[in-house]
Formats: sequence, C-alpha cells, structure tokens
Amino acid sequence: MRNCRDISFLVSKGLDKELKLNERFAVSLHMLMCKRCRNFQSQSEFISNTSHRYTEQLQNRLKKKSSSNNF
Amino acid sequence: MFLNPATTVPHNPLTETQLAKHRPMLFRYALLQLRDIELADDVVQETLLAAWQAPGVFEGKATLRTWLIGILKHKIADHWRRSAREIISADLDQIDTCDDEADEDDFFLIDGHWNGGLGSWSDPEAALKQQEFWSIYETCQNNLPPKMANVFMLRELVGLEAEEVCRESGLSEANYWVTMHRARLRLRECLEIRWFNTKEKHHA
Repeated sequence: MRNCRDISFLVSKGLDKELKLNERFAVSLHMLMCKRCRNFQSQSEFISNTSHRYTEQLQNRLKKKSSSNNF
Repeated sequence: MFLNPATTVPHNPLTETQLAKHRPMLFRYALLQLRDIELADDVVQETLLAAWQAPGVFEGKATLRTWLIGILKHKIADHWRRSAREIISADLDQIDTCDDEADEDDFFLIDGHWNGGLGSWSDPEAALKQQEFWSIYETCQNNLPPKMANVFMLRELVGLEAEEVCRESGLSEANYWVTMHRARLRLRECLEIRWFNTKEKHHA
C-alpha cells in the first residue's frame, strides 16, 4: 500500500512524464480516499502553470518599469 | 548585428532556422538571470551568432539546446564580468552539494502521511491576476535552496526536457524526480502560508 509521500512523489513525476499503468492505477485509487493528495495534485498543477507564465509576467513587469522610468 | 561573410564557414551544419527555434527558450533563460529585456535580447543574439559561426563544435554530444545554453552562460558571465556584478550571476551555477537532505520529512509523518496543511485553495486562478501574488510567488521561488531552484527553473521556467535538466545540472534521473518533488512541496507550502491562508487580507 502506497502512502501520501509515495503518491505525491508520483503526482509530481506525472507532471513531467507519463506514469506507468500500475503507477497511474495506484494514484487514482489513493485519490478516491485522500483529500489532501487531491489538493496536492491540483495545487501542483496550478504551480506548474504559474511557473510557465512567470517569465512572461516578469517581462511585462520589466516593460512597465522601464516605460515608467522614461517619464 | 551584421554578419561578416568572411568570418563564417561555408559548410556550417546549423541553419539559422534551426537556431531560431531555440531563441524563446534562450531568451527566458537570459531574462531570468539578467532581469533586463534588452540585455537578454543582446546576449541571446550574441549566442546564436556564436553558435552559427562555430561549425563542428557542436557534434551531438549534448543536445543542441544544452550546447546553446552553455554558450549563453558564457555570454552572461562575460556580461557580469564587464559590469562587475558577479554576485548575482553566481546564483544559478552555484553547486551546493549539501542540499537539505532531511527537509522533506517535515512534510510527512513517519508513516508517510501528510504532516498537516493541504487545505483546498479557493479560486487560485484569480490570484494570477494580482500583482501582489506574483511577488509572493517570486519570493517563494527564491527561497528554494539554490540547486533545487536551478533544477526547477530549467524545467518549468526555461522549458528544458527532464533529461536535458539532468545533463545540465549533473543530477541522476532518480535525484531529479526527488528534487522536483521537494521543490513542489516547498513552493506549495510557501504559497499556502504566504498567500492562500491569508487571502481575506488580500481581498479586504
């Protein structure tokens, strides 16, 4: 039986790479009964999406800063 | 920037199109280090030019992308040397062999169950529209141990493949998965504490 540590490790790995069938099965089975791991999954996905947008966001911020410096 | 035909070699194996494909990734990398759009553009331009003028140097030992990043790193280092601000450039290359091995265990109890936390977050998408959220996200990212931050950045911000990150950072595949897991645990906890648990404040 895999615990939350193992499952959250697989969830994290699954964000980078497709998991093996038995791993996916273990994750979905665990998710049925563990709200905290469900939260970890959705929150990690959110963090991943946020990080993908970070450079774009940084660029916008820098643009704003340099245009306000020009005045 | 103009290319002097005399300095280029005719049988260059890399075409401009091949190189241009990697420009967005290189730009993200440069921007994260230099935090200056024009400067980032310049070093990327220099990098692509150097790559284009260096036939036979890239021999498929590394992937093209990691080779380009290698050149870019030198260009960025040159820049810091010129402006004598080496302190900041050292950040990403820093090798800390003693990454906190034990820290993961704070997140879990001995039996592997969560050690508190992990409530649900209400409307995280709305946070992305708030400037203040982004500065907290940035703080959380900067609070990761340097090597962990570097791995996370190469994968999620620059957009390298897992294998490329391993090659670039000298991690084994197994260590890579562990590092990414820890980075996510830390970022998640940091955002929870600094943003989502104090949300009423932000909406007041």
